[in-house]
Amino acid sequence: MREVELAIIGGGSAGMAAARGAYENGVKDILIIERAKEYGGILEQCIHNGFGLHTFHEELSGPAYAEKYYGLIKDIPGIRFEYESAVMNIGDDNVLTVQNQEGYEKIKAKAVILSTGSRERSAGAIGLRGDRPQGVYTAGTAQQYLNKEGFLVGKRVFVLGSGDIGLIMARRMTLEGAEVVGVAELMPYSNGLARNIKQCLEDFDIPLYLSHTVKAIHGKKRLESISLIAVDENRKEIPGSEQIIPVDCLLLSVGLIPENELIEDLGIEMDGRTKGSVVDSNYMTTREGIFACGNALHVHDLVDYVSEEGYKCGRAAADYIHNGKETQEKNKSVLHKGISYMVPQYFYKGKDIEFMFRVTGIYKNAKIHVWGEGFDKHLPQLSLVPSEMVKIRLRKEDLEHVNGEIHWEVEE
Amino acid sequence: MNLICIRCPRGCHLTVTREGDEVNVTGNSCPRGIEYGRSEMINPERTLTTTVAIISKDHRRLPVITSKPIPKGRVLDVVKSLKGVTVTAPVHMGDVIVKDALGLGADIIASRSIE
Repeated sequence: MREVELAIIGGGSAGMAAARGAYENGVKDILIIERAKEYGGILEQCIHNGFGLHTFHEELSGPAYAEKYYGLIKDIPGIRFEYESAVMNIGDDNVLTVQNQEGYEKIKAKAVILSTGSRERSAGAIGLRGDRPQGVYTAGTAQQYLNKEGFLVGKRVFVLGSGDIGLIMARRMTLEGAEVVGVAELMPYSNGLARNIKQCLEDFDIPLYLSHTVKAIHGKKRLESISLIAVDENRKEIPGSEQIIPVDCLLLSVGLIPENELIEDLGIEMDGRTKGSVVDSNYMTTREGIFACGNALHVHDLVDYVSEEGYKCGRAAADYIHNGKETQEKNKSVLHKGISYMVPQYFYKGKDIEFMFRVTGIYKNAKIHVWGEGFDKHLPQLSLVPSEMVKIRLRKEDLEHVNGEIHWEVEE
Repeated sequence: MNLICIRCPRGCHLTVTREGDEVNVTGNSCPRGIEYGRSEMINPERTLTTTVAIISKDHRRLPVITSKPIPKGRVLDVVKSLKGVTVTAPVHMGDVIVKDALGLGADIIASRSIE
């Protein structure tokens, strides 16, 4: 059986950053297991620009970001990539069953990092009513077809959901000659970045229907039309507001879900909100030696944040490889009004900790109230929206007297 | 004029006013916002990303980007002008694929390498 110090599952932005972090913290035997033919993960199909302002201080396309990041690690002998190689199973003592070009192999690692990214929610996942005609795609699938293969999947397109991939694809398909007739968002606010509403929809006069959804799709073999319907403040369809819009293509941009099939049977504690694993402030899951980062842990807004998190996760995995498991008791974040999730869910004292979370609604000039034994903070925030992840760093001095838990809420 | 800055994911809400040649931008968090507000008022520009065909072992499309922003009204024309372009691997990130596209002063650049 092959043995490595650190196995990283997935060679996208999180995995590459984790390798860099672990290497810089003293691990010299790192294997990145990647199921595709190349590094980069989802970045390779995200050809638009806007990536990398934090990491490289310039605006890059997705593929360029991946190539630049790869450039930081490609000449390090202690980091090896194995492509077209998929982990089938994680067994006891971190023994991975890997299917690769040679066949089937067992690889034992002192620590494992899950950087497997996320998947898109599909028509089935949102219970879309109607048949399943040709012409209904997730936005990311349409993106892959267009940007990697050169196929335009529709000529008259409607987009359900205002997630960033859907907005980006509305522009992309318009540029390639399709007519994008509208984008519907169930919520009264957009889920995408404001800049994408501007440069992907407004630039091309594509209407955004807030508080609307697609009630049903019509067509047997090929999609022929959709029924667009308005919803009230409780997201209930408003009778009589229905309109039929003829289209040959519906793109779904209704959210991403961390991909965690590999660990489903391992008994690792999962977070019902993030759909990722529960981790401590060292990014370790509730199973010793298994770590998680990037979109596999929780869905991020920016690749730069994924790289930051991956890097920190890699460093923490290196600490574990050298020094073993943290011996102090875990503390936990308890969430109250306005906070939808928090990562990490558990933390150890003695270090500054960056908490990442999302809020449940739109707040202007609100405060984040965080308190526990020995500290009580009210942190003013100009603007809080669910589509933007919030990051708050608490200093080790703040947390010094914490005894088991701290509390979080949005204070209006 | 109220604008959302598109120069970074933060998306600042800008207020842009113009008096003669003087353009005033407020609401920005960095100098890029001023730059964007001015340009959007006087001559709106966009960086274009798209793909061209490539002949290589594993890839069919090469992602490309304009070397600098081009006038917003010419974006579709440039995409159309690239329909017939086919390159052959190897290509390196930063290679010029089309020089001075449609005479707009911007080159079409490979935004990744393909061996």
